[in-house]
Amino acid sequence: MKNIWHFFTGTLVLVSKGSKAYYGWVLILLTLMAIGATAYVQQMNEGLIITSMRDQVSWGFYISNFTFLVGVAAAAVLLVIPAYVYHWKPIKEIAVLGELLAVSAIVMCLLFVTADLGHPERFWHLIPKIGRLNFPQSLLAWDVVVLNTYLALNLTIAVYILYSLYYKRTPNKSFTTPLLLLSIPSAISIHTVTAFLYNGLGARPFWNSSILVPRFLASAFCSGPAFMIIIFFLVRKYTKFRIDDKAIQKVAELIAYAMFVNLLLLGAELFKEYYTASAHLAPVQYLFQGLHGHSALVPWIWTAMVFNITAFFLFLVPDTRRNNVTLMIACILVFVGVYIEKGMGLVIPGFIPDVLHEIYEYSPTGVELLISMGIWATGLFVFTMLLRVAIPILNGDFHVADDGVGSFIGDQLFLVQQGPEDVAKPVDFGDEYAD
Amino acid sequence: MSDNSKCDNHVLHKSRRKVLKSLAAGIGLIALPGKEASASVWEEFFQKHFRELSKDELKQVITRLEKKYSQQFGKQVNVKATPPIEGVKYGYGLDLSRCIGCRRCVYACVGENNQSRDPQIHWIRVMQLDKEKGVDLSHAEHYYNPATVPEKGHFYMPVQCQQCEKPPCTKVCPVQATWKENDGIVVVDYNWCIGCRYCMAACPYGARHFNWGKPGLPAKDVNTNTHYLGNRPRPKGVVEKCTFCIQRTREQPGRYPACEEICPVGARKFGNLLDPESEIRYLIENKRVFIFKEELNTQPKFFYFYAT
Repeated sequence: MKNIWHFFTGTLVLVSKGSKAYYGWVLILLTLMAIGATAYVQQMNEGLIITSMRDQVSWGFYISNFTFLVGVAAAAVLLVIPAYVYHWKPIKEIAVLGELLAVSAIVMCLLFVTADLGHPERFWHLIPKIGRLNFPQSLLAWDVVVLNTYLALNLTIAVYILYSLYYKRTPNKSFTTPLLLLSIPSAISIHTVTAFLYNGLGARPFWNSSILVPRFLASAFCSGPAFMIIIFFLVRKYTKFRIDDKAIQKVAELIAYAMFVNLLLLGAELFKEYYTASAHLAPVQYLFQGLHGHSALVPWIWTAMVFNITAFFLFLVPDTRRNNVTLMIACILVFVGVYIEKGMGLVIPGFIPDVLHEIYEYSPTGVELLISMGIWATGLFVFTMLLRVAIPILNGDFHVADDGVGSFIGDQLFLVQQGPEDVAKPVDFGDEYAD
Repeated sequence: MSDNSKCDNHVLHKSRRKVLKSLAAGIGLIALPGKEASASVWEEFFQKHFRELSKDELKQVITRLEKKYSQQFGKQVNVKATPPIEGVKYGYGLDLSRCIGCRRCVYACVGENNQSRDPQIHWIRVMQLDKEKGVDLSHAEHYYNPATVPEKGHFYMPVQCQQCEKPPCTKVCPVQATWKENDGIVVVDYNWCIGCRYCMAACPYGARHFNWGKPGLPAKDVNTNTHYLGNRPRPKGVVEKCTFCIQRTREQPGRYPACEEICPVGARKFGNLLDPESEIRYLIENKRVFIFKEELNTQPKFFYFYAT
């Protein structure tokens, strides 16, 4: 118990130290969070009427962001599988970062759902026994369960591994292995359940297609790892953490496959809708062509299409995949492309035209954008704090001091541009841990 | 689009003082309520789900609500919790060959059920359709506004909650804040709804409406005869819907729903589906009846028919 307390206070001291760049970054995030919080207070006072959601389009930007971020969170599994199932060393060294990204993404998911609620203070109605969670009937109840399970799993695994390394112990495999194995189906479950949430509604033909779950998974395995690679590049450039090119290349290869499946499924969907040309074509037409002169999403979805297809080729062609500049561009394209496609591009056409075929065009208001920005800043803040602790631990720059009580902090700066000579060798816990 | 940008400007250019004021108010909201106001605020916060309330607890809740509404509107507001009548299942019939699209039902409903006047919430939506095309929603006109109705070449189709036997909306609610009562009416507990609006995404009839802002209900317009599960004044941030005028139809002797009563052409019929002698049963058995979006298998208890 005492050890946990010392570890905790040690991390607090650690996160308060850093370079000017680190302080600046954290300050920017805190400012954005404060702006978002102010906007949220205003929304609480005036109600959701301050958004542009209305009865016709009853979910908007918040739920779009939520949906996208569930995908990002689920994608940590793409690091866990090669690391812990196939014991592939280059990825094992960085798998913890994936778990921490999952934690941060789920935090954002929960915040986005909360921001969307008319009565967030009644959240306790969702707690089984105390409230009345409608499990197993409601898919939203399922989502509450799987998201929190996934959050708990990733948090436990990552914190336990880091805690063990801090005290210079080898993480106990009989504790971590079952949790890691459980986190794999759990990652798939959060995305499957989120897709089912839309999928099960007969009222909304745009979502009521059995291809939705595989499409969700395929796009998640693009956007999440793409974000991961961007983070790897940044971490490698600005911290002392070393990330093997082989690991990045493996992840990039996986994105190429996932994007192929994603585009294939999208094509299948479009063929079915356009060739059949039933009344259910309307939302697809709204998205890709515009409907009765309403076309707010059209430029966005075509941007996404161009981005995704371009990125697919950049990932596919070995030369562009191995070139760090084109790889970075491809990752950004995928991230933005999937953000549009699996965000607003998925949620809004479910409501346009609405169930009585009325068209109400939605685009988020300033308050919606500010609150969403605040939530993204919160997620990045959480992620920064987690990395601030995790990276020095993995580098061997943060561990218990020789007296067994205090902590040794070898990395006072954290964010500094790295020359090749500064690069530390990560703690080698891979080998003995693998066997 | 222009509305949105107006809204943006309104928000972004708000004076700093106003923002600070709302921040302070918000912190006040979050902070523990003061000693005097606290009792009822906490009572409301910790109030159990409607169906878990004991008789005594229900009484307390109703007393609290009646006091609150009466203070709010400056007149005595009664809140009932009349249970379903044994052996009754309500059904509604709407004669499309008679409806003239006058929207009297829409506004009678608003008056009876204490919907927000500003912003406007309507539980009934009347669509103008082309006779040539039949019930083809892609050509529906929702905001028709001629000097007189009916217009040549058109017919009218009012849509409200269809009180489904298999309601997709109640199935999806994550907290069981909405359910189907034994008499078939789908109701919402406004004190339990968390405002996630999943039910609105699930409803194929657009029958559910959200209080996006604080409901604007002038004291002079309040109908003081209310039901807990129906037309009592609603808070902002919860979903509401048609309840077949639960505050009228569950009484003994019962009264017709307000929309049925006001209809100038007798296009609306209402009755007990379990009573073989009822008018609604006669219509179902003898007229050409269709139910809306039959393919979704929601099994509405709202029957459209052509009497002529």
